[in-house]
Amino acid sequence: RKIIFEKQWFYLDNAIGHIYGTTFEVTSGGNLQPKQEVEETTTETKEAGTDNRNIVDDGKSQKLTHDDIKALKDKGIKGQEIVQQLIENSTTFRDKTEFAQDKYIKKKKKKYEAVITIVKPSTRILSTMYYAREPGKINHLRYDTLAQMLTLGNIRAGNKMIVMETCAGLVLGAVMERMGGKNSGFPMCFDAFSLIGYGSIIQMYPGGGPVRAATSCFGFPKLFFNNLHEFPLSKVDSLLSGTFSTETLPSEPEDNALVEEESNGLTDEKQISLQETEEESTTEAAMEINQTEEQETMDINADDVEFKDNKEKENVREKQRKQWERRKKLIETAALLREKNADGLIVASKFHPTPLLLPLLEFVAPSRPFVVYCQYKEPLLECYTKLRERGGVINLKLSETWLRNYQVLPDRSHPKLTMSGGGGYLLSGITVVLDKGKSDSSNLEALKMEEPSSKRCRVQDTHC
Amino acid sequence: MSFVEYGDTIKDGDTAIVFLGHESMFPVKVQHGTVTQTKYGVIRHSTDLIGKKYGSKVTCSKGGWVFILHPTPELWTMNLPHRTQILYSTDISLITMMLELKPGSIVCESGTGSGSLSHALIRTVAPTGHLYTVEFHQQRAEKAREEFREHGVEHLVTVTNQDVCKNGFGVSNIADAVFLDIPSPWEAIGHAKSALKAEGGRICSFSPCIEQVQRTCLAMEEYGFTEINTLEILLRVYNVRTISLQIPDLGKAAEDNSSTGFDSSNPSNQGSPCSNLQQGTVQFKSGVPLREMVGHTGYLTFATKS
Repeated sequence: RKIIFEKQWFYLDNAIGHIYGTTFEVTSGGNLQPKQEVEETTTETKEAGTDNRNIVDDGKSQKLTHDDIKALKDKGIKGQEIVQQLIENSTTFRDKTEFAQDKYIKKKKKKYEAVITIVKPSTRILSTMYYAREPGKINHLRYDTLAQMLTLGNIRAGNKMIVMETCAGLVLGAVMERMGGKNSGFPMCFDAFSLIGYGSIIQMYPGGGPVRAATSCFGFPKLFFNNLHEFPLSKVDSLLSGTFSTETLPSEPEDNALVEEESNGLTDEKQISLQETEEESTTEAAMEINQTEEQETMDINADDVEFKDNKEKENVREKQRKQWERRKKLIETAALLREKNADGLIVASKFHPTPLLLPLLEFVAPSRPFVVYCQYKEPLLECYTKLRERGGVINLKLSETWLRNYQVLPDRSHPKLTMSGGGGYLLSGITVVLDKGKSDSSNLEALKMEEPSSKRCRVQDTHC
Repeated sequence: MSFVEYGDTIKDGDTAIVFLGHESMFPVKVQHGTVTQTKYGVIRHSTDLIGKKYGSKVTCSKGGWVFILHPTPELWTMNLPHRTQILYSTDISLITMMLELKPGSIVCESGTGSGSLSHALIRTVAPTGHLYTVEFHQQRAEKAREEFREHGVEHLVTVTNQDVCKNGFGVSNIADAVFLDIPSPWEAIGHAKSALKAEGGRICSFSPCIEQVQRTCLAMEEYGFTEINTLEILLRVYNVRTISLQIPDLGKAAEDNSSTGFDSSNPSNQGSPCSNLQQGTVQFKSGVPLREMVGHTGYLTFATKS
C-alpha cells in the first residue's frame, strides 16, 4: 500500500520485522534501512569565524543555482552528498560562527535527507500528533491538557468510567490505554484480566454512533473492546426519568419504534460524516462492523446450512439479529448506568459543558473525580456556577496549563521561539453525597466556602 | 479502601481525607476508638466514620460538618507529610503520559523522597506493573515502605536503600521507564540505561536548574538516548468571581446611557455582561488568575532508548 507523508511517498513492506524506533531512509518508492546513527562526516578540521561583521547578504553566497540543485536531486544523489555540495559551494560558510554552521547544516539536512522513524502508537505520540496536525478534530485539546485530565480523573485499571467526547476517539483511547494496559504480549493474561481487573468504560455518543478514528490508531487488542460500552446521549433523559426501560424491553412483540430509531440513527451517522468530513472514521467503523458481520454470518452458516440459498431470508434474519444484538448491548449499558456508581466522568466535547455535566454526574458515585474540558473559559465559568447551585460537588477547580519547549545545546539553551497559545481549560472536582435539604445546606456551604483562605489554619490530626 | 482500588464504605485501618472546605483538608487514619479534632469539632471514628460511605457529610460535635473522601494519589499529594520537596500533580501528569505508563509497566524511580510521585506511578501501573524506587536516605526509605504498607500497595513497589548514582536501581533490563529526581541525574544516566529493557524504553529527569539539564542532556546523548526533549509545564488556576465595574459618569443624560450597549432590558443573553444602571455598574463573570502562582518547579527532560 502506498503512503504519502511530508511530500514523500513510500511502501511500508520493508519496515516489517524491524523493531519500533528504527529509522529509515526513503528511496524512490521503497524503504531502505540505514544505520541508527550516521557517522560524523564533517569532523574534518573546522574553520569558523567569530562573528558576522563581514558577512553581507548579497544573495550570491550560494554558487549552485536552483537548477543545479534540482539536477542533483533528479540524479537520485544521496541527500547527504547534496548537503555536502551546498556547503562546499557556499562562500560564506567558512566565515560563519561554529554555531551558525551547525544551524546551516541542520537546516539543509532537514530538507534533503528524508528519514523516517517508525514508532509504536501511544497516547503521547497520538495526542502530540493530533494537536499538531488536526487540532480542530480534537477541539484544540493540547497533549499536556489531556495528561492533566487523565491524572485529575484518577484513571486506572478497574475503574468504571463514563466518557463523553467528540475528540475523534482520542480521549477514549487515552482512557483505554490507562485502564487496559500494554498492547503487546500475552493475550491469555488479558483474557483473565479484562474480566477481573481492568474495569469498564461507557462512552456516551451524540448522533448515530461513536467516532473512534483516533482510538483505532492505538492498535488495541480486541479484548480491550469487550468492556467498552456505548450509550446514545439522546436517551440520557429518558434513562434518568425512568421512562427508558419500558421503551426498549426485549420482550416487546414488535419493535417498530426501534427500527425507526435505527434508521434515524443511520441518517444521523451520514449527516455527521458529511458535517465533519470524517470519512476515515466512518470507513473505520464500517470495517469493524463488517468484521463482526462476517463472524456472525459464519456462525449462522454453521448453524443452519439449508437456509444458505435463501439469501433474502438470511438478510432479514441478519438484520434482526444485529438489531437484537444492538438492543441487548444498549440494555446492558443502560443497566450499568442505572447503578449510578461510576468511578468518574470525563467530558471533552464541542458541546456546551453545562447541560452535559449536570445530568451525567447523576451516574457517578460519591467521592469520585470528574473532569470537563472546554476550549473556551466562559462556558466553564457558567458550569462552575451551576454546579455550585446544584451541590453534590466539592473542590471545584478551573485551570489551564502552559507548556514551554526548550532548546538545550551547549551554550545555546533557551526556550523555543514559538509556543502554543492555548490548549484549552479544565474544570475538575469531586462528587459528594447530595443532600436532601439542598437549599439549606448549599447556603451553609456557600458560607463556608466564603471563609477567607488566610484563616484556613491546617488542623492537625492528633492521632495521625 | 486502597490507593489502587475504589471502595464504597470506610473501614477500620483506611486512610481517608477529611475535607473542611476551601481546599483545606488533611489525611486521617481510621481506627476504632480514636477521635480527630477539627475546627468544626470532634470526629469519632467508630461512630462517625466506620461503615459510612465515602463522600458523605459527617457532622462534628460543634454542629459543623466535613466531607470524608476516598484517597487518591492526587489528594495524597496535596496532604502528605513532607520529608522533601515533592512533585505536584501538574508535573506528575506530564511525566506519566510522556513516559507512556499504563497498567503492567515496570518503572524505576529515584529518589523516593516523600512518595508523592510514587503513589501516582503505582496507581497507573497497577495491577500487573511494578515500581522499583531507590532512596539513599535510610530514614526516608523506611518511612516510604511503611506508607506503602499502610496504603495497601506494598505488593506493587520495591523500595531499595542505596545510592542510585553509585549502585544503580538494583535491577537490569526490566524497566519500561525510568524517572530521576536527584541533584546530579547525569551520574545516573548509565544506570538508567541498563535498568531499561533491551528493546528500549523512556526516561525522564526532573531538575530545577538549567545547568543540571544541560549536563543531563549531554549524558543522555553520550549514552545513545534519542528524542531528547526538555519541557516545562505551568499550572494556572482561576477563581470564578462575579465582577462589577462602575460605569463612569460623563455627565450625559440617562437616555444616552442606555444606548452605550450595556442594556439591562435585554435578558436574552444570560451570563454575558448584564448591567445595573441604577448603581451605574456592569456585572460579569470572570476567571481571575490567582494573585500568586507557581512560576517554576523544574525542567522535565524526556528521552527514548531504542
